[in-house]
Amino acid sequence: MIKNQRDFYSGALFVLVGGGFAVWSYLGYRIGTGLRMGPGYFPFALGILLAILGAIIAIKAQMDGSTGGTRIGAVAWRPLLLIIAANLLFGVAIGGLPSIGLPPMGLMVGIFVVTFVASLAGDEFQFVEVFLVSGVLAALSYLAFIVVLRLQIPVWPFFIAE
Amino acid sequence: MDLFANLALGFDVAFSLTNLLYAFIGCLLGTLIGVLPGVGPLATIAMLLPATYALPPVSALIMLAGIFYGAQYGGSTTSILVNLPGEASSVVTVIDGFQMARKGQGGRALAASAIGSFFAGCAGTLVLAAFAAPLTQLAFKFGPAENFALMVLGLISAVVLASGSVIKAIAMTVLGLLLGLIGTDVNTGMTRFTMNKPELIDGIGFIVVAMGIYGYGEIINTLSQHRSERRVANTKISGLMPTRQELRRMFPAIFRGTALGSILGILPGSGAVMASFAAYTIEKKLPLTDGEVPLGQGNIRGVASPEAANNAAAQTSFIPLLTLGLPANAVMAMMVGAMMIHNIQPGPTVITSNPALFWGLIASMWIGNMMLVVLNLPLIGIWVKLLSVPYRWLFPSIVLFCAIGVYSTNNLTFDIWLVGIFGVLGYVFIKLDIESGPLLLGFILGPMMEENFRRALNLSRGNWSIFFTQPLSAGLLLAAFLVLVMLMMPAIKKKRAETFVED
Repeated sequence: MIKNQRDFYSGALFVLVGGGFAVWSYLGYRIGTGLRMGPGYFPFALGILLAILGAIIAIKAQMDGSTGGTRIGAVAWRPLLLIIAANLLFGVAIGGLPSIGLPPMGLMVGIFVVTFVASLAGDEFQFVEVFLVSGVLAALSYLAFIVVLRLQIPVWPFFIAE
Repeated sequence: MDLFANLALGFDVAFSLTNLLYAFIGCLLGTLIGVLPGVGPLATIAMLLPATYALPPVSALIMLAGIFYGAQYGGSTTSILVNLPGEASSVVTVIDGFQMARKGQGGRALAASAIGSFFAGCAGTLVLAAFAAPLTQLAFKFGPAENFALMVLGLISAVVLASGSVIKAIAMTVLGLLLGLIGTDVNTGMTRFTMNKPELIDGIGFIVVAMGIYGYGEIINTLSQHRSERRVANTKISGLMPTRQELRRMFPAIFRGTALGSILGILPGSGAVMASFAAYTIEKKLPLTDGEVPLGQGNIRGVASPEAANNAAAQTSFIPLLTLGLPANAVMAMMVGAMMIHNIQPGPTVITSNPALFWGLIASMWIGNMMLVVLNLPLIGIWVKLLSVPYRWLFPSIVLFCAIGVYSTNNLTFDIWLVGIFGVLGYVFIKLDIESGPLLLGFILGPMMEENFRRALNLSRGNWSIFFTQPLSAGLLLAAFLVLVMLMMPAIKKKRAETFVED
């Protein structure tokens, strides 16, 4: 029975990541000595330190008497997945997906995709409103990022830009 | 006497109608972009940097200074109005600033922040002018062991000021250090932990980490709360200028913040962040006058003092930057990058070899700061209007601007994949109740710490005792140790928990 869920899993996370870095440094890079330090020396030391700290946190969580407010609670899958998906789809729109032969669709398409997918994460999705917000964002972004700042972002889909 | 001669030289270089115009444009653009939610000062400067390319160095520097202050101020505006801190040093400003905005006093909070920043900027400039030369001498005594010890002290002290469990904060610092090491090892030229991705050779961008954790993580968490629990802003604004009574409370707080910031800014690493946290802690400890709301519930002192500290520290942090070559925070690191594009290499020799440039730079920072007050105090009303934008419009926009900001820094779609990972991590940290500020600090300092650690051990032929036999280094490490011991003491632990209770 885990007494302080949040701390226990925090500790576990640190042990995992710290241990991972330590093992990776040890196997992948030369550790060397204090005088002739290899690329693995510093990350190896930090990885071990992180794993130790994580272990202490996890052990303390087991001995912790308090129980209130230490549960992790439900994961908000819907916003988590949709917000991250919106972000990733923006990357797809700007850069395309060469691995499956999908060409870049440009900033304008990207803005509409991001706004629609991200808006779905909220609980008040209204198609017309989201469409208007997308339009305003597209116009503002074009003005600010393309006209004024001249950022090097493909603006229009490949079939228009060419 | 020297002081005024130096400053006169600086102003001579920096003051001209064209340069003032550039300062104005920089400041306006900086505020305009910086005020967009989710676009922190860092991203703003990154995005506006190309606008300065065509200018001669001095004008470019002045415009940059304008952008710097505009971006900072725009950033704190957003932080206060939308409760979204754009960078570590505005985390504490948000606590009371947002509470004030909630009560319809957002305009006053912004005015307090601008006035505090301006006063601190002026004082910081004077401190810098007075102490730069003697402190350069002190800095020459700093070897790698001292630098390493100083960074340890900086990181440990930053933990004091993070909320929540001490040991979790230390672990996060270490995690940040590790993440900072991803990329090319400067000493051996070997790439580490890059999984053969060429995009990772230069390491993970700070913007990617910051936007993922602070931008996306926060949005996901906010959306997971029920609509009724959400931090919704009150759009009613009554009066932009603080009342006479508030001014009376505000000014001593600004003095305290300025003094603290000027001193702490000299510490490399986390000066500005530490200064704003420490300033807030002090304000919280001071007794309340009659009828004053406690800190954390919308007290103007909680905005004015940390903002002043932050800004004073930003000024004095030029000392470690120009003497040790250590930028005090990510924004300063960005400024250094910008200067290098204009062929200005900050380093210990600048002050003697190119005094016109050094003092011109200081003067241009002051001009940028002044422009901010001239421009932003009258325009506060416009920035406050942002409050009335409903969250359901705002969060898709934040996601969009984060994505654009991340992409435009390096024009790499790879960075967009990375920021997605950090967004998930940011949410995990919130769910596990881990404060992410220390991670960002560690992340910036990671490579510098390793570098100094390695050089120190090289000097001592691999003997670790160098950190304890050098008096300066030993003193700094002892101080770090004492801070740690203090943190572990139950009485202080309790006090600290009280300081960071947010209700």
